[in-house]
Amino acid sequence: MITETTSGNRGLLQAEPLIFETGHATGTGVDLPAPKGLKSNLGALTRKAALDLPGLSEPETMRHFVRLSQKNYAIDLGLFPLGSCTMKHNPRLNERAARFEGFADLHPLQPTSTIQGALELMDELAHWLCTLTGMPAVALSPKAGAHGEMCGMLAIKAALEARGESHRQRVLVPSSAHGTNPATAAAAGFTVDEVKGDEDGRVDLEDVVAKLGPDVAAIMITNPNTCGLFEPDIKKIADAVHAAGAYFYCDGANYNAIVGKVRPGDLGVDAMHINLHKTFSTPHGGGGPGAGPTVLSAALAPFAPVPHIVLRGETRELREHMQGTQAFGRMCAFHGQMGMFTRALTYMMSHGSDGLRQVAEDAVLNANYLLARLKPHFSAPFGDRPCMHEVLLDDASIKPKGVETIDVAKALLDEGYHPFTTYFPLVVHGAMLIEPTETEPKRELDRFADVMIALAERVKAGEVEFFKQAPKLTPMRRLDDTRAARQPKLRWRRGANDAGAKVAAE
Amino acid sequence: MRYLPLTDVDREQMLKVIGAKNVDDLFADVPKGALLKDLVPLPKAQGEIEVHRHLQRLAEKNTPAGRTAFFLGAGAYRHHVPASVDHLIQRSEFLTAYTPYQPEIAQGTLQALYEFQSQVAQLLDMEVANASMYDGSTGCAEAAMMAARVTKRKKIVFSGGVHPHYIDTARTACEALGLEIVALPAAVDGEAAVTEELGADVACVIVQSPNVFGTVTDLTKIGEAAHGAGALMVATFTECVSFGLIEPAGAMGADIVCGEGQSIGNALNFGGPYVGLFAVKEKLIRQMPGRVAGETLDADGKRGFVLTLSTREQHIRREKATSNICTNSGLCQLAWTIHMTLLGEQGLRHLATLNHEKAIQLGEALAGVKGVEVLTKRFFNEIAVKLTKPAQEVVDTLAEKGVIGGVAMSRLNPKAGMDNVLIACATEMNTDEDIAAYAKALAEVLN
Ligand SMILES: Cc1ncc(COP(=O)(O)O)c(C=O)c1O
Repeated sequence: MITETTSGNRGLLQAEPLIFETGHATGTGVDLPAPKGLKSNLGALTRKAALDLPGLSEPETMRHFVRLSQKNYAIDLGLFPLGSCTMKHNPRLNERAARFEGFADLHPLQPTSTIQGALELMDELAHWLCTLTGMPAVALSPKAGAHGEMCGMLAIKAALEARGESHRQRVLVPSSAHGTNPATAAAAGFTVDEVKGDEDGRVDLEDVVAKLGPDVAAIMITNPNTCGLFEPDIKKIADAVHAAGAYFYCDGANYNAIVGKVRPGDLGVDAMHINLHKTFSTPHGGGGPGAGPTVLSAALAPFAPVPHIVLRGETRELREHMQGTQAFGRMCAFHGQMGMFTRALTYMMSHGSDGLRQVAEDAVLNANYLLARLKPHFSAPFGDRPCMHEVLLDDASIKPKGVETIDVAKALLDEGYHPFTTYFPLVVHGAMLIEPTETEPKRELDRFADVMIALAERVKAGEVEFFKQAPKLTPMRRLDDTRAARQPKLRWRRGANDAGAKVAAE
Repeated sequence: MRYLPLTDVDREQMLKVIGAKNVDDLFADVPKGALLKDLVPLPKAQGEIEVHRHLQRLAEKNTPAGRTAFFLGAGAYRHHVPASVDHLIQRSEFLTAYTPYQPEIAQGTLQALYEFQSQVAQLLDMEVANASMYDGSTGCAEAAMMAARVTKRKKIVFSGGVHPHYIDTARTACEALGLEIVALPAAVDGEAAVTEELGADVACVIVQSPNVFGTVTDLTKIGEAAHGAGALMVATFTECVSFGLIEPAGAMGADIVCGEGQSIGNALNFGGPYVGLFAVKEKLIRQMPGRVAGETLDADGKRGFVLTLSTREQHIRREKATSNICTNSGLCQLAWTIHMTLLGEQGLRHLATLNHEKAIQLGEALAGVKGVEVLTKRFFNEIAVKLTKPAQEVVDTLAEKGVIGGVAMSRLNPKAGMDNVLIACATEMNTDEDIAAYAKALAEVLN
C-alpha cells in the first residue's frame, strides 16, 4: 500500500496548510469600489496595531475550503449515529427558504410595518410547537438547547420569586443528565443535587421523592432519557414534584422519539426546550448554530422573556421591554434564530401532523431494529426491553478482551462511519449510544449492523492490536489530546508555527 | 413522505426481527392515556411546491433591506458577502457535520476553527480567542460572568454606550447568579464615566467602542484605572469591520474582548443566527467559556487539530463548568473565516475605509437638513443624530417613503430620555443616491 507521496497528497485528499502559511497581507478575493479619499475623523484612534491577516484570491479560497471540507465526515456522506445529537437528513428546501430575500435580508430592528411576514412566521412556528407539545406558550429566542434550559430555569426562578419562595434553591438532576443540565442549573444560581438512576436506566422515583423538600425549586429530567428509554414513572414524578411545590423542567433534546406521538404537556412538564437543530432538522454546521425555543406551562408562561409578539387587529407588534410585564428578562439581542425558525417551519410543514408522527415511529423502529441485530453481539445493559430512538450498548463484553469503547469507535472510522456517542451517559460504563434517526433506510442499517457485528467478532478473536492501531485510513491517525491540552497552541503566530508547518509538509 | 426512506414492507420486516406486533409495542413505557391515538390538529404533509409557495408568501410580506434606502445598524449590519462564501458553507461536509468530536474525520472543521481563532485574535489584537459564542450579546453576558469568577467580585459596571440589548441580556444572566449590574445613563460619548464607579467590589467595567451611538473611544485610560482597582476591562463591540480602521481594544489594555461578528460573512437574517467573537488574555484562559481548538500531532507525527482544554466545559465539569454553552455558531463562524480569508488585511482595510467614508458622507448630508444635529464626533460607520421630532415617528414616516433611516434610541431603551435621538449607519452598500434620498426624505418629514 502506498503511504508516502512526494506532494503529501493522497489521491483525492489534498494536504492543505493554514491560510496563514499560504496567504499574504496583499492577497485578496474581493474587488471593492475605490475610496474617495475623504478625511477620516479618527485621528489618534486610527489602527496602529498590526493586522497581519492573510488574504487569498477567490480560486485559492475555494480550493482551501473545499480541500478542508474533504477531511470531514457528514450526514450527506453516511450514517451519523451520534446518540443524543439526532443527526438526521437536512432537507435542502429549508436552506432555500431561509435564503429568501424577504427573510435573509431583513434587519431585526426594521419598523414593524416592514416585517409582518417575519412575525407571522414566528407566530406560525410557535403554533406548531405549542400544538405538538400540548403546551400553552413558547419563548422562541433561546439560541440553542443549553440557552433554552437557561430560559426555562429562569422562568422557574421568576415564578418562585413571584410566589415569595426564592428560598427554593435546590435543583434535582439525575446522574444520567447531559452536562448542560447541571451547568445551567448552577449558572441560574441554583445548587445541584444529583438523583440516582435505578438498575433499569431510569430515574429512581423513590430517590426523587426522598430528595424533594421545601427548598427544592425544580427537577430537570430528560425524557426520553439519555439511556434511550422513556421514563415510565414520568407522571408520578411530575405529580410528586408539583405536590412538593417545585417545577418540572424537561430536557427536550430527545423529543424526536415522541414528536406527534406524546405531548409533553400531558406529562406534567412545566418547561422544555426543543433543539430545532435536532428534531426539526436545522443543520448542525460543524457545531452550530442551533435554536432552543422553550415551551412553557400556564404557570410559567407569564414570565416568558421579551420579546413578545402581540397581535393588534390584523397587525403584529413586538413588545421588546419588560416594563408592565412579568417577563424575567431578555435572553439575547433581537428576537432569536430566525434562520432556524424558517428552516424548522419548512420542515414541519413538509412533514405535517402525519409525517411528524411517522418521524417518531420510524426513529424508534430504526433504533429497535439495530438493538435487535446488535444485542446478540454486544452488551446491551437495558436491551431486554424496547428502546426509544437510541440504542445503548456498553463495554462489558469487550473490556475483558482488552478492547474499549473508544477503540470500537476508532475502528468504525476506518469502516467509513462516524461512530456513536462514546462514554455518555456517564451512568453506564463505556457507553456506546447509537441514534440512527428516521432518515436511514433499512439497507444502511443492515450495512452498519454487519460492520458492528464483524468488529465484535474481531474482539472475540482477540485482535486487540487491530483496534489499538485504528484508524489507519482516515486523513489523520489518532490525535494526541494530552499534548494539545498540556502545551495549548490555540492560534497561529508569526514565526512560532514554522515547526508545525514543516511537520505538516513532511 | 420524501424524507422518510422506510417502506411499509421494510417496517413489517423490521418489526418481525424485533419481535413486536406493531410499532406501538415499542412505546410500551409511555403511561396509559399519554400515547396519542389521533394526529395532532395541524395540517398534513405537503410537497415542495406547496411549502415553497407558503414560505415565499410570508417572505413577500416583508420589505427586504435591499429594496429600500437602508441606514439601519445598531447591532446588525448590512454588508456585501461574496457569493463564494454561501456556496462554500453549503457544502455538505461543512453543513451536515456535527461538532468535531472525532478529530480524525473532522479536520476540515477543526482547521477552519483554528484559523478562525487566529484571525479573531489578530483582528482584536488579543492573545487567544475561542471557537465562537451564540452572538455578541450572549458573549458579553458570558464575559461579565467570567470577570466575576476571575476577580471573585460581584459588581459589573456598564457604560452608557453599550447596546441596551446587551445590557438587558447580561442583566438577566448575571442577576440570576447574584451579581449586581450597574448600568450608567445612556451617553453618546461617555465611556470613561465607568471609572467613577470603580471600587473594591467591582469585577469589571464593560465599555463599547464603537459604541451604540457610533462613538469611537480611546479605552487605554479606562483599562489602566480598572486594573488599578483590581477590576478587568471588558470591551464589547457590535461592528467588527471597524477594526480594519480603528485601534482594537486588545491594544488598549482590554482583558476580555467580545462582540458581534455578523458583519463578516453573515446576512442580516432578522437577528440570527449570528456569531459571537470572544477573546481573552492568555492568563485567563482557564476561565474562558466555550469550545476551543488547538494544535497537536497524530500517531504518525503529523500536525492536526483537536478540541482542547475541555476540562472547563459542561460535558466534563457539569455544574462547575465555566459556561453551559454546548452548540455554538459553527457555520456562521465558518462563513466569517471564509469572508475574512477573501478580504485579507488589504481587503479589510479597504472595506473599513469605505464604510467610514460613507458615514462621513451621511453625517454631512444629514447635518445639512434643518432640524438635525449630529451628536457623534468620532465614529466609524454609525452616528447618532438629534431631531426636532420623536425619532420613532420619524422612522415610521420615513419607512413609508422607502427609507429605513435607522433606529430610534427610544426603541432600544425607552427610559434613556433620548426620544429624539436616531441612530443611523452607512456601509459600503449605500450609494450616494441613497444618501441624497435619505436627506431629502428626512427634510420633508421634519419640516
Ligand atoms: C440531552 C441533551 N441535553 C442538552 C443538550 C444541549 O443542547 P445544545 O447543544 O443545543 O445547547 C444536548 C445536546 O448537545 C443534549 O444531547
